Amino acid sequence: MHDDDIPARLTQAGKRYGIVTALEAVDLELRRGETLAVLGPNGAGKTTAIRMLLGVISPDTGAAALFGRDPRVASNRTRVGAMLQVGGVPATLTVAEHIRLFSAYYPRPLPLEQTVALAGLRGLEKRLYGKLSGGQKQRVALALALCGDPDALILDEPTSALDVESRLAMWECIRGYVARGRSVLLATHDLVEAEALADRIAVISAGRIVAEGPTAEIKARAGATLVDSYLALTRTAASEMSLT
Amino acid sequence: MTASITVAETRAEFIKLVRLPAYVIPTLAFPLAFYAFFGLAFGPQRAIGGTTIATYLLATYGAFGVIGCALFGFGVSVAVERGQGWLLVKRASPMPPAAYVLAKLFTSMAFSAVVAALLFGLGATFGGVQLAPLTWIALFVTLVVGSIPFGAIGLAIGSIAGPNSAPAIVNLIFLPMSFAAGLWIPIEALPPAIAHIAPFLPTYHLGQLALGTIGAGHGSIAVHILVLAAWALVAAGLAAYGFKRDEGRTYG
Repeated sequence: MHDDDIPARLTQAGKRYGIVTALEAVDLELRRGETLAVLGPNGAGKTTAIRMLLGVISPDTGAAALFGRDPRVASNRTRVGAMLQVGGVPATLTVAEHIRLFSAYYPRPLPLEQTVALAGLRGLEKRLYGKLSGGQKQRVALALALCGDPDALILDEPTSALDVESRLAMWECIRGYVARGRSVLLATHDLVEAEALADRIAVISAGRIVAEGPTAEIKARAGATLVDSYLALTRTAASEMSLT
Repeated sequence: MTASITVAETRAEFIKLVRLPAYVIPTLAFPLAFYAFFGLAFGPQRAIGGTTIATYLLATYGAFGVIGCALFGFGVSVAVERGQGWLLVKRASPMPPAAYVLAKLFTSMAFSAVVAALLFGLGATFGGVQLAPLTWIALFVTLVVGSIPFGAIGLAIGSIAGPNSAPAIVNLIFLPMSFAAGLWIPIEALPPAIAHIAPFLPTYHLGQLALGTIGAGHGSIAVHILVLAAWALVAAGLAAYGFKRDEGRTYG
């Protein structure tokens, strides 16, 4: 496949912070039309991988690409929407003002009403961000990722710290987006979430991809449930690490 | 594309700050209250540097006001957005980085223009300040454009300071530097020890440029501009270093 057809790709990507190896020779490919979950415990390198794909951090070795282009150039990120795990969203802008601003970054944004509907924010357009609940705030983050009508979404822990109801609503939004033929790369430490959303799973541990394949296959590899296989895979990787 | 994004970014930045009392009150109320107290209460008749105190202090409190807009508009807001992760979301979006900085610059210049206009209104109405139309314009332009180097200094603070310490750091720099540069009390009235320090401060040079427009300035205009430009360059370099340093800190 031509590189333009690969929404997101890491090639032998490595990153060190002092003595900490965050990523080591990671190959990762998000294919068109699929949902790929990068699954691993906290500190495994998920966030580093995501930020590298979004051009926010540079790889020490290897390369990152979005649709075959260098993500560190702002204009190469117009086909991708991102949701990061951060706070500090300005509290004194309304939901609609936030969405309008991010829509201006993209060449062909969705109409405001459509973004609002997709993210489940109807009726909240005029509310200040600071007055929203946790679940509503997370939906604004999703709206900012969706508003540019991107071909791919990159989501870092999209439902962490959400209650069950908000989490299910978020999953519905993500599924609705995938149903339109788009691609999603999702970092999560949540096995249930990966199983619920992903076509394919890449298990990451200590900065390395230790297993990759269709969700059913990863599930079948070591145990009856995904939890078993996940634990088996990450433990193997951890013991290998301690031997070397 | 960058131009239209900068417009959208500027509009959002302006609305964001207008609704934030922590920004609006110190930047607008302090210079206006200080000027009302020192400039208007003492100054309509008394003479200084060939003009009245009310006129003299209009220039220096004008400088004080626009410097506050720039230091707080850049310093605190960048530190908060950087420290709490919002800047990261922006950097992961297709927003051109220049739009972020330009929006803050245009916003702080807009606030500077408002502060200057309000001070002018106070001075003309209650302080008996009378200037030729061209002098009003020259003072206004000097203040608004002269705030730019302080935007760079604010950006440097914002790129290095933490979100909680930034307001304190800005105040620690802003208030003493304004006082020692003669922006609160005319430099002629300051103790000589402090007056000797003044030329090393960027605040002094903007103050003197502003005073120059009403014929009460000291020193060469070219030197004042050069010193301010040098401060702006050094600050921009520091800011670039601060943002570069950030990258090494995010992992997980």
